[in-house]
Amino acid sequence: MPSERLAKRIIACLDVDAGRVVKGVQFQHLRDAGDPAELALAHASAGADEIVLLDITATAEGRKTLVETVRRAAKDLFVPFTVGGGIRTLEDAAKVFAAGADKVSINSAAVANPGLIGEIAGRFGSQAVIVAIDARRRTEQADTAEVFVSGGRTATGRKALEWAREAEERGAGEILLTSMDRDGTGAGFDCELTSAVSASVSIPVIASGGAGNAQHFVEVFSVGRADAALAASIFHFGTQAVADLKQTLLRAGIPMRWPC
Amino acid sequence: MIAIVDYGAGNISSVRKALEHLGADARVTSDPLVVGAALKIIMPGVGHFSRCQSLNEHLRAPVLDAIKSGKPFLGICVGMQWLFAGSTEAPETPGAALFPGECSRFPASVKSPHVGWNQIEVRAGSRLLDGVPSGAFVYYTHSFRAPVIDETTACTNYGGAFSAAVERDNVFGVQFHPEKSAGAGLKILENFCAF
Repeated sequence: MPSERLAKRIIACLDVDAGRVVKGVQFQHLRDAGDPAELALAHASAGADEIVLLDITATAEGRKTLVETVRRAAKDLFVPFTVGGGIRTLEDAAKVFAAGADKVSINSAAVANPGLIGEIAGRFGSQAVIVAIDARRRTEQADTAEVFVSGGRTATGRKALEWAREAEERGAGEILLTSMDRDGTGAGFDCELTSAVSASVSIPVIASGGAGNAQHFVEVFSVGRADAALAASIFHFGTQAVADLKQTLLRAGIPMRWPC
Repeated sequence: MIAIVDYGAGNISSVRKALEHLGADARVTSDPLVVGAALKIIMPGVGHFSRCQSLNEHLRAPVLDAIKSGKPFLGICVGMQWLFAGSTEAPETPGAALFPGECSRFPASVKSPHVGWNQIEVRAGSRLLDGVPSGAFVYYTHSFRAPVIDETTACTNYGGAFSAAVERDNVFGVQFHPEKSAGAGLKILENFCAF
């Protein structure tokens, strides 16, 4: 009997603007390093356990490409595939599901209309709804972290821990927690905040923001009690990155899907 | 033609996509006539077991007839749970009772839902899992699970052992999502398509 250890997940995130992956990517053997479909496949082949496509397109015109981008990325992708960014209604969600997404990630729209969580969960199941929370600490204490929306521009006055609990009650299947204090710093995940959120809900928590090296992942899975960790730029140094990362995590005693 | 039975239990486009990738002729349908005409049947499904009620109302007879006539049948996730007598998740909704026992929630000792990649221990002789090694990782997302029975061909240990896969004659079920389980999952679907 295999040991009772669900693997921790490594999730690769693609930030997409008007149909193009926008962060610097150096995958080899790709015809076009900015193509979301090619990159999603490359990440999955390299060992990523899951792919998240985050649409950060600012213009309405550019947004029209999202469904087609999702369809192309999903076509030959056989690991879980999440799409987020700009999903405001059940109809928006239905379109990306029909295009091949397995889960949607909702953020600002869920805060503005918490009923949306239950609407999507009711039709597509809780496993298909990730509530993304962008949080920033108000004081030194992790439990003071406040929820921000609109790409981190607007404070909501809501506590991250309470919002995570409400999201679970309303039918969210997972929480994607991004530390705004750490995002883009490469200084490591906010393990204290991740652990606090993880302890306050029973659904899986995906940690995001701050990944800079493999040790940061070891910490977020042990100290931070995360079920999954998401990163973008750390995987953009080449296709070996995910496999090397998993090897380091396995050596540290963190259960990983391997071989992948 | 493989009929992918759509009974309103979640998003099934990924199952269709995987079968298309394998070159199979698959059709998503809720039409009893199409189910009856199909050579093989796949019943996917995620979410609440009560969704099987609409299946019971409109498609139970054609699906059971097809199974009785020997057509290969694969239930995925809730579609596998339906093969059992029922589930404590929705006691008023009967399953097909082709396999003995009832599905039940994970114990409180483990985090639920069980979401992510976990390992299967494969029993020798499984036709569906032919070529998939013991210890392979597959993708799960569920809160209820089926007991280990004589027909169990693979199990996973999470809050105790549960049935990851079952098979008897032409009837197969997997609790995990082969359409989301990378190479191991595609191998399983390929095996089913070849029956």
